[in-house]
Amino acid sequence: MFSFCADPTTIDGLLWLSCYLTTGKHMAFYLSFSVVLLLLALAAPAALLFGFAGALACRSSLPPVRMFGHGYITMVRGIPDIAFFLFVPVALDQAFEFLRHKTLCSEITEPVWRGNEFLVCDAAKLPLGTSPQWVHEIYGFLLALLAFALVFGAFAGNTLRGAMRAVPDAQLQAAAAFGMTRRQIFWRVLLPQMWVYALPGLSNLWMILVKATPLLFLLGVEDVVYWARELGASKTSAHSYPHGDWRLWYFLALLVFYLALTWLSERIFAKLMRRFSRGQGSIGSAEATS
Amino acid sequence: MKKLIMTAVLAVFTATGAFAETVRLGTEGAYEPWNFVNDAGELDGFEIELGNELCKRASLTCEWVKNDWDSIIPNLKSGNYDAIIAGMSVTEERQKAIDFTEEYYPADPSSYAALAGADASVSSGVVAAQTATIHAGYLAGSSATLVEFASAEETIAAVRNGEADAVLADSGYLAPIVAESNGALVFVGDQIQIGGGVALGMRKSDGALRAKLNAAIESVKSDGSLNKMIAKWFGADAPQF
Repeated sequence: MFSFCADPTTIDGLLWLSCYLTTGKHMAFYLSFSVVLLLLALAAPAALLFGFAGALACRSSLPPVRMFGHGYITMVRGIPDIAFFLFVPVALDQAFEFLRHKTLCSEITEPVWRGNEFLVCDAAKLPLGTSPQWVHEIYGFLLALLAFALVFGAFAGNTLRGAMRAVPDAQLQAAAAFGMTRRQIFWRVLLPQMWVYALPGLSNLWMILVKATPLLFLLGVEDVVYWARELGASKTSAHSYPHGDWRLWYFLALLVFYLALTWLSERIFAKLMRRFSRGQGSIGSAEATS
Repeated sequence: MKKLIMTAVLAVFTATGAFAETVRLGTEGAYEPWNFVNDAGELDGFEIELGNELCKRASLTCEWVKNDWDSIIPNLKSGNYDAIIAGMSVTEERQKAIDFTEEYYPADPSSYAALAGADASVSSGVVAAQTATIHAGYLAGSSATLVEFASAEETIAAVRNGEADAVLADSGYLAPIVAESNGALVFVGDQIQIGGGVALGMRKSDGALRAKLNAAIESVKSDGSLNKMIAKWFGADAPQF
């Protein structure tokens, strides 16, 4: 990056450090922080959407939809996160490829699972074998995102379901007495009042989501943990900047990053809580005014 | 007319397709000097240079894929990439799962390394090795206590911080580390020969690609460029063809 970095063996001290911290590899490390933030920015609304759908399904008057909603929430909540995270991307990937294989290469009659090989025709591969590496990386990221949305959606669904039930029944009865339809009661009375009950649970969930982002590493996405481990490992002179085992320092930087992120989140949630409890006779508003 | 154009277009497509066949090469990227990520954040090393040369000679378009070592064979089978080029020794056990090309690095004996002056016993002590390697397999059947790590670098770290008494790994991997440790690490015990030479791992169903790569390996062997590459990355003492 700097002109004096041309030959790292001749410099030392701060100069060496400034060169070391601006290598292409370190830039990738800095960029990977935005991968984490991007995941959070996408996974949180996606999980909320999944959760909302799950909570609505649980309240449905149709038994099969209700069973599906309960099944989704109970199943995902009951399975260890890591097992689910390892299972979902692989299963989704194989399911997508299997479906594409069946539609695009219907002339091939051999089974897809042969022994322990999973073989689909070239046209069914996701992404296609000919696509550049970045497409593969984005595909991997999207699979991970879907896994996050599914898992955290189930927890969000349970929180939202509880929050919907926490809205005082008298409110809904009063709305019905005014002649509102079921739909109107839901959108005009239940939903606006539900958030204040949901927020403590959702903020908790957000914190867990923030702390679960290193699971990306487990799914093969090159996130902050991947680069911290890679950069911190000791290097021989095959590299331009040989050094010993520096993992401690890199992981320390990660601790600071995550602590800052959760600290910031807590402040934002406190603000949100005050905003949602305005004008409501609930526990939340009592907390906000005290 | 329309049909004619369609046929022409199709012919062009299949022709370019055949010319620029894309092959995805899977490597670990954490086993210097075989394959590693350099300071620019790009894959580098003996196998990267060799792989690019092989692809050039076989007129293939190659893409590199980084994959953790312990899942490198399963992911080859599930089609994430088409060949493994990651310092993988040919063994009978691996041959049951995948096929290998011609060897591009001769059988290299494995060595033990330990902290200098620690008087480590490689036969009864705790010995570190990378998971799913020939070394881990060998240690599991020996009288030493095996501790496994996901990457080779972690096995060295385990010896340095005293978690393990010694590490067993390829001599080509250990040599630069021992040489640059300022005397902290030394080779101990005898060298042992486990497994065969190093070759590219392929799916058993990919015979045509294997034949192409074999021809390319033959060609780099016969004109001496492979030996030059070995000398460049492993030093003049490294085994040659």
